[in-house]
Amino acid sequence: MGKKLLLGDEAIALGAIHAGLSGVYAYPGTPSTEITEFIQNNAIARERGIHSRWSTNEKTAMEAALGMSFMGKRALVCMKHVGMNVCADPFVNSGMTGVNGGVVVLAADDPSMHSSQDEQDSRFYGKFAMIPTFEPSSQQEAYDMMAAAFDYSEQQKLPVLMRVTTRMAHSRAVVECADEPRQENEMNYNAVAANWVLLPANARKRNDIVTAQQATLEADAANSTYNCLIPSPSAKGEGSKSPLGIIASGIAYNYVNECFPTGAPYPILKISQYPLPKKLVRQMMEACEKVLIIEEGQPFIEDIVRGVSDSSQILGKLTGELPRTGELTPDIVKKALGIEVCEGYASCEDVAPRPPALCKGCGHRDVYTALNEVLKEYDNPRVFGDIGCYTLGFLPPFRAIHSCVDMGASITMAKGAADAGQWPAVAVIGDSTFTHSGMTGLLDAVNENANITVIISDNLTTGMTGGQDSAGTNKFEAICRGLGVAEEHLHVVVPLPKNMEEITRIIREEINYKGTSVIIPRRECMQTLQRHLKQKRREGVRSKE
Amino acid sequence: MKTDIILCGVGGQGILSIATIIGEAAMNENLYIKQAEVHGMSQRGGDVQSNLRISSEPINSDLIALGSADVIISMEPMEALRYLPYLKKEGWIITSSTPFVNIPNYPDIEVIMADLQQVKNAIVIDIETMAKDNDVPRSANVILLGAAQKALGIEYTKLEDAIRRVFARKGEAIVDANIKALAIGKENAR
Repeated sequence: MGKKLLLGDEAIALGAIHAGLSGVYAYPGTPSTEITEFIQNNAIARERGIHSRWSTNEKTAMEAALGMSFMGKRALVCMKHVGMNVCADPFVNSGMTGVNGGVVVLAADDPSMHSSQDEQDSRFYGKFAMIPTFEPSSQQEAYDMMAAAFDYSEQQKLPVLMRVTTRMAHSRAVVECADEPRQENEMNYNAVAANWVLLPANARKRNDIVTAQQATLEADAANSTYNCLIPSPSAKGEGSKSPLGIIASGIAYNYVNECFPTGAPYPILKISQYPLPKKLVRQMMEACEKVLIIEEGQPFIEDIVRGVSDSSQILGKLTGELPRTGELTPDIVKKALGIEVCEGYASCEDVAPRPPALCKGCGHRDVYTALNEVLKEYDNPRVFGDIGCYTLGFLPPFRAIHSCVDMGASITMAKGAADAGQWPAVAVIGDSTFTHSGMTGLLDAVNENANITVIISDNLTTGMTGGQDSAGTNKFEAICRGLGVAEEHLHVVVPLPKNMEEITRIIREEINYKGTSVIIPRRECMQTLQRHLKQKRREGVRSKE
Repeated sequence: MKTDIILCGVGGQGILSIATIIGEAAMNENLYIKQAEVHGMSQRGGDVQSNLRISSEPINSDLIALGSADVIISMEPMEALRYLPYLKKEGWIITSSTPFVNIPNYPDIEVIMADLQQVKNAIVIDIETMAKDNDVPRSANVILLGAAQKALGIEYTKLEDAIRRVFARKGEAIVDANIKALAIGKENAR
């Protein structure tokens, strides 16, 4: 057994490779990005030719994984929590088709929204799609669970959803790994076609089967080694109830143990596999006066356990013992358990907030400078932003955008606003976000020649997540032409201070044009530029040697 | 033994390389490690921190609780103060004295220094100047690590060994520069 210091994300990636993975399909998104990056750089994965190129979005990723599974091989799909919304259609329907080769869908939730626009809890998707869900409590468990999840997926012929949160994804710990990776599955033609053709007649049959299967999944969860009821060491004899019991899921289990270094004085039910095993929950409820439910995310377990009763036996987020929003911390869990929080120094009032900002020299800066310059000339201009580094254009000094909702919404919202009579209506979208979810919206705009100006700020990479390849690089003019943007209203500029006059002139002309126009400011991201220069220097040194 | 460390600074200042060296030294000693990092949007010139926990016993939480950090290692003086509520009363701050001013309302540096003096155990060290004067311009963060060695409770030679392993890939010159930087930090830790 080899010992490695791994991020939770890396433990998941290595676990998948060692479990005989044949392909990872993903779109970058914090905190899930490092899983795919690890596989891209792993020696076994390279030697085996495991697919690891970035997908255009989470929906294409999920569908490609289903295709690989159809042919009998094991596939992993990775995304941040909001990516689940993008791939919801194939994800939910993968519960209906089932799988041939194992499929694990990894959703990395971001409670406290360190780098996200909401804190939705992906466990609801698992329940909604009737798909078994795993939630590791440690990096070691994350590694071990990948093999278990692929095996279980193939045993049950269903995909498995694996849910982690930011602290699991982005925290390192020592992980014991297998010596030998499992072989990949051979391709096979065992997929039962009728299961995969979701005509209503077929889908109804599958729906009955999968619904009936839920009892098996729940029974398996009750017997799972990942779920366990740990009795209190100080438990009194038969018949006497413990004053408190704790149900803790995923990473919350660690925080509970942190509170009791010498062992908890209460029984603990650890949950890391769903459907929630009601049998174990019932045992807990019978053995304890009150039950405190500690989970990171929304009150998923608590809602199920509570049902519609206002039982005073159940404590948790809904009764105020734990906060409804934000991630858990050891201190929040301490408070909920009535343990005193250690006192450190008082917080220092002189410390100023230091919000993130666009890098020095970033091309997005020049785009916003130019846009602000032109829009001063108009009454009530509206700029619809999108997801990426350029969302920071909302903050001073630019204060340039009026919306940011989801991937691709800039173009479609600008169109809706223009339909309502707004002018100027400007969309600002990055290159990777445009190919992820902007192209279809641009087609809507072109088809009606909507009176909008679309700025595709192209930095040749997926910047915010650390500079991954962008699916549309070198193709943007062709894509826009193909969607029907008129040649004379399609411009490429280089966003640099010295070009400000040209850029502002073009923006002004296109705002004044009554129809759909696209301006593509193109200059490499400062982060990837520095990386490329460093690489060149290193190669230069090597060639001299 | 158990040491809870908060590493902090501004995105891009190299706090994760400090964490890598400490982690390497701890792993070689067969200690348990948990290290929560910050990735994503906050890296862009914002405040960043990492919780690093090392212990001879298994570690549960990835995060450090309030009032329980043994050491704050900071690449920036105001950032060191941001995490004061996490510092034990007997804990140590080891921080660079050079402010990183990328916000318009950065406080007066004298105010920051006065606040740091209120902390019982604080080492404020001009790592940037030392790095330049000693011809190790890229190793300011390792000077800071050298200054923190005593507070970390890791033997000096174990950190030296970890530096050799971590930087081995980058060649002898870079290994030597970082070994030198570590020594400079240790000598000037007061």
